[in-house]
Amino acid sequence: MLLMAIVWTVMTPRLLRSVVGLAAVSVILSMIMFYMDSPLAAVFELSVCAGLIPVIFFTTISFTQRVGQEELIERKKIIFRQYVYLPIILAVVAVVMLLSKPVVDFVFPTAPVVQDVRKVLWDDRHLDLLGQIIIILAGALGIVALFKETKK
Amino acid sequence: MVMSFNLIRTLIGLEILIKVATLFIVLAGHVTGNTALAQALVVTLIVIEVVVMVVAGGLVLCIYRSNRTINANELVNRKG
Repeated sequence: MLLMAIVWTVMTPRLLRSVVGLAAVSVILSMIMFYMDSPLAAVFELSVCAGLIPVIFFTTISFTQRVGQEELIERKKIIFRQYVYLPIILAVVAVVMLLSKPVVDFVFPTAPVVQDVRKVLWDDRHLDLLGQIIIILAGALGIVALFKETKK
Repeated sequence: MVMSFNLIRTLIGLEILIKVATLFIVLAGHVTGNTALAQALVVTLIVIEVVVMVVAGGLVLCIYRSNRTINANELVNRKG
């Protein structure tokens, strides 16, 4: 399902539909994360990547040029030429993977003691938090510098 | 999609790449049983992703304001 959403996001000629597809990819990914016992990451992915980032893209698209009908038709032709072989390649890869036997038997290690995410984040990865703060400040200053009005 | 000439499509392609990396980190955490560390890394990655997208979106808007286009092919052909 995730692959289908990604393929649709890539292949659709309209930008707004691509952004909606991106949000759908984030929702599916957050469901996968919930299934993989990562609820905090899933909540972050759902709220930020499925909510905030599509809003940023919609805002950016709304301020840029509207695509004309001729350009849309041209883009559909280009996408068809670029991705016409993709389903065939995916089908061949799926058949090869189903028919071939694995060479190496993957032995997964036993699970260690489950730790609290908050403890890992605040105690073990506190430098990551410092880095996040610095990056957020840098991003905010960058946006201010980009949209600063110059005196004429 | 990253190879597209449209700058916004390039950003969407970059977003998909980051999501795939996020999925692999979570998968590695699930396989090894160390989900706490994987989640901490994913939270860091998401914060960086948001900041990068915001700054990139601002850059695209500035490029559009000065050049009236977001097609990278047309930007390369400009002089100066």
